[in-house]
Amino acid sequence: MASETPYQVLGVKPDASADDIRKAYRKLAKQLHPDLNPGKPAAEARFKAVSAAYDLLSDPEKRTRYDRGEIDESGMEKPRYSYRPHAEGTQGWKYRPEGEMDVGDLEDLFAMFGGGGRRGQAGRAGEGLRMQGGDRQFTLSIDFIEAANGGRKRLALSPEESLDVTIPPGIENGQVLRLKGKGSPGFGGGPAGDALIEVHVAPHPFFRRDGDNIHMELPVSLSEAVLGARVSVPTITGPVTMSIPKGSDTGAQLRLRGKGIHRTRGGNASEGDQYVTLKVVIGDSKDPELTQFLEEWAPKHSSDPRRGMDS
Amino acid sequence: MIAIDELLLRVAGLERGDLLRWVENRWVLPERRGGAWLFHEVDVARVELIVEIRRDFAVDDEMLPLVLGLLDQVYSLRRQLRRLCESIERQPPDIRDAIRRSLPPVHDQSV
Repeated sequence: MASETPYQVLGVKPDASADDIRKAYRKLAKQLHPDLNPGKPAAEARFKAVSAAYDLLSDPEKRTRYDRGEIDESGMEKPRYSYRPHAEGTQGWKYRPEGEMDVGDLEDLFAMFGGGGRRGQAGRAGEGLRMQGGDRQFTLSIDFIEAANGGRKRLALSPEESLDVTIPPGIENGQVLRLKGKGSPGFGGGPAGDALIEVHVAPHPFFRRDGDNIHMELPVSLSEAVLGARVSVPTITGPVTMSIPKGSDTGAQLRLRGKGIHRTRGGNASEGDQYVTLKVVIGDSKDPELTQFLEEWAPKHSSDPRRGMDS
Repeated sequence: MIAIDELLLRVAGLERGDLLRWVENRWVLPERRGGAWLFHEVDVARVELIVEIRRDFAVDDEMLPLVLGLLDQVYSLRRQLRRLCESIERQPPDIRDAIRRSLPPVHDQSV
């Protein structure tokens, strides 16, 4: 805080009479008057301060208000009550009325009126406001296989709390699971809210879903395609052996019955299939034996793979 | 945070004996640290308030607990109300609308 009080500026006591104040002012004004002190800025500043102090103290009303702390030494209005912002701030909790419960839950707020919110019932003992707790939202990321087969997954809600989530087989990306009663607790005996868990399913490098069916592209060698073969094929439940018929071509689709997503919907069990689309890959096309074979090979029934593309 | 001597200097018209009595009566609750009192901003403001109401309204020590008790209740209500308002403000617009619509009317003819 600043400086001198107007009393100190004039060099008088706070209980000085109006007469004393006038005398003190005249004496100082004579010493400090700018006309008597040309080129002395310190004296001029002092003269201004003395004039302001006298201006305040020579006015009985202003002097009284200054003494009461209502205005400051420059005559500016001082804020009358400065307690409110403190009392209403977080520090103010210290001065809450005795017996008032700790700040915390919404329940404290309801308890201020004896629980019930309805007019005329306020304060009735034991009649608390029953209110369902809020829902809590979470996200859970799972991989493609987990989504397809379902299972249990542990979801960490917080460092201290986790939830075991049962994932139904065939859950779709973005689907929301509702776990009843796993949300925020209720008030006044009301039920807890629900946990809403949005499931994010990561894509798979080679499986793709179409409803309950699984699609994939299976690379096969030229000889497997031409001569047929039994090959191992991945499925969502592990590899199975599949027969590639003799003379298969790229784009040929084979079905593995029952190897898609199994689920129970409304009491009806259903199972999808896996569709395998073949893709013939030549592999090392610089293989000299293959090159030589093809050079010597003169097909009896030559066919044009671009037939129908003439324009 | 200031110590008692600084507080006495800062608040015009504050007597040490009065202040000690107020603390003893728990009208002012400074923090006790290492055998000394530390007055937080809210405590300083409260001391200023007490000085003011004693001087301007001639409230004596018998009336003071009543006045402070009423003020504390008002501010406690205002703090709680503010919490509630802040909570409502953070809700999505549809929930705020629902709360607005469900506010009982201020003028109730039946009462």
